[in-house]
Amino acid sequence: MASLITCPHCGRRPTQEFTIRSDASLKRPAPDASQADWHDYVFLRPNPRGRHSEHWHHSAGCRRWLVVERDTVTHEVYGVRDVVSDLAGGAR
Amino acid sequence: MMRYSAFSVFLQGLTGNKGWASAWGSPTPKSHYDVIIVGGGGHGLSTAYYLAKTFGFRNVAVLEKGYVGSGNVGRNTTIIRSNYLLPGNNPFYELSLKLWEGLEQDFNFNAMVSQRGVLNLYHSDGQRDDYARRGNAMRLHGVDAELLDREQVRKMVPFMDFDNARFPIQGGLLQRRGGTVRHDAVAWGYARGAASRGVDVIQHCEVTGIKRDGYRVIGVETSRGFIGCDKLALATAGNSSVVADLAGIRLPIESHVLQAFVSEGLKPFIDTVVTFGVGHFYISQSDKGGLVFGGDIDGYNSYAQRGNLAMVEHVAEAGVSMIPALARVRTLRSWGGIMDMSMDGSPIIDRTHLDNLYLNAGWCYGGFKATPASGYCFAHLIARNEPQETARAFRLDRFERGYAIDERGAGPMPNLH
Ligand SMILES: Cc1cc2nc3c(=O)[nH]c(=O)nc-3n(C[C@H](O)[C@H](O)[C@H](O)COP(=O)(O)OP(=O)(O)OC[C@H]3O[C@@H](n4cnc5c(N)ncnc54)[C@H](O)[C@@H]3O)c2cc1C
Ligand SMILES: [Zn+2]
Repeated sequence: MASLITCPHCGRRPTQEFTIRSDASLKRPAPDASQADWHDYVFLRPNPRGRHSEHWHHSAGCRRWLVVERDTVTHEVYGVRDVVSDLAGGAR
Repeated sequence: MMRYSAFSVFLQGLTGNKGWASAWGSPTPKSHYDVIIVGGGGHGLSTAYYLAKTFGFRNVAVLEKGYVGSGNVGRNTTIIRSNYLLPGNNPFYELSLKLWEGLEQDFNFNAMVSQRGVLNLYHSDGQRDDYARRGNAMRLHGVDAELLDREQVRKMVPFMDFDNARFPIQGGLLQRRGGTVRHDAVAWGYARGAASRGVDVIQHCEVTGIKRDGYRVIGVETSRGFIGCDKLALATAGNSSVVADLAGIRLPIESHVLQAFVSEGLKPFIDTVVTFGVGHFYISQSDKGGLVFGGDIDGYNSYAQRGNLAMVEHVAEAGVSMIPALARVRTLRSWGGIMDMSMDGSPIIDRTHLDNLYLNAGWCYGGFKATPASGYCFAHLIARNEPQETARAFRLDRFERGYAIDERGAGPMPNLH
């Protein structure tokens, strides 16, 4: 795991300032989606060996939710962005 | 197979130890097997052993991408126990403990099974009630459990910080039949026992593809060519998602790194296994004298068998909070293993949507203690197409059906054990 992560708001910060939630590739189903869709979302994980995107919270910093793209074998970090940029028409 | 005994050691000593035969060979893969097991860790090897020994299979191969013992079976902290609460878990782990109790005679290998006890400390009234409940559940299942008060614990492990401000030690739940087993010897003993019954233990052979014909698996692509099989069984622990993906299966599992540590060799210091309530910290002493200890997973998806310094620091702090004298002990080595963390902390031993594909996965922090029962129950499933009685709850579709086996009652998170 990289020891420094570049937060788009705060710059290079120690990894320990962040809380890692989980896989950012999962898309939350609509509230009335089928049981099967909800099961997949809550329980199943792609769990890739290699490139992975995750939700990280900069809990001891700006407290923004971020998406960190990194490699689960080499721990190389490819990029960090604010979650807002993933939303429809997201700026930043 | 050469039988090991005190007499054989004596005899070999007289003849310069030149007569020891290798414990298993290095066979070239055949073109077809009745059963192929992917993963030569503890579970894959014990499965092969029981398939051959108990269920009469002769034409079996274990394919291991590294060498025997290179995975978690040789990286764990060797603790065995059956102190589980839930009916879906307890009888299975108790079966495992019973198998441990007779294992060395059974496979004729010294695995140094040591029933030195496992003591879980409690630090509050609420935690005591919780442990009383767990102990009662164990006893209702016919498993030994004793709830100790502070003075009883003090007699066993006097040098702990009983008056720690945040985690005062009020007592503990003790399972005397729990303990430790030399992990490498378990892999070697099962490998030797399987090989001597005709199983091909094939090392440095990575499975890279699963070939099928409709809903049937017909064989595997490997780094040593295609190998056909009637039945395919996956037991690849931390790599379960990667291998299951070859068959188009997405699992309720994330891979995380768990670290462990060993200190310089000390004189006899701690003669049991103790767990501390600061999140998670546990410690025992190996027969070589090293203190063996560890804590929680680092907390991020990882396939790299190494961890982060933040967890090293946390584990060291936890250890010193529990046993202040540890501050003067030097750590010799640390390492990591990749854990197949299931979404309820319990394992999967089940069939899949493919007719002849079987899955063994989701062992979290606790699959070493399960090694004998996991192999036995998986072999049962492969041989008879029906789950062994104690492993009925370990279904792959239990999350879908609302039957998660959630020991901690914490909901779906891949950080339970
Ligand atoms: C630090 C640490 C401490 C632990 N402490 C304990 C403990 O005290 N008590 C306890 O009960 N449990 C403990 N565990 C958990 C326990 O070690 C594991 O749950 C258990 O060993 C997993 O089963 P296994 O032995 O079959 O796994 P492994 O030994 O990992 O076997 C899986 C094998 O599959 C092979 N493989 C993977 N992909 C392929 C492929 N494509 N082709 C061929 N082969 C492949 C791997 O090389 C590996 O050898 C601990 C684990 C760790 C890492
Ligand atoms: Zn920030």
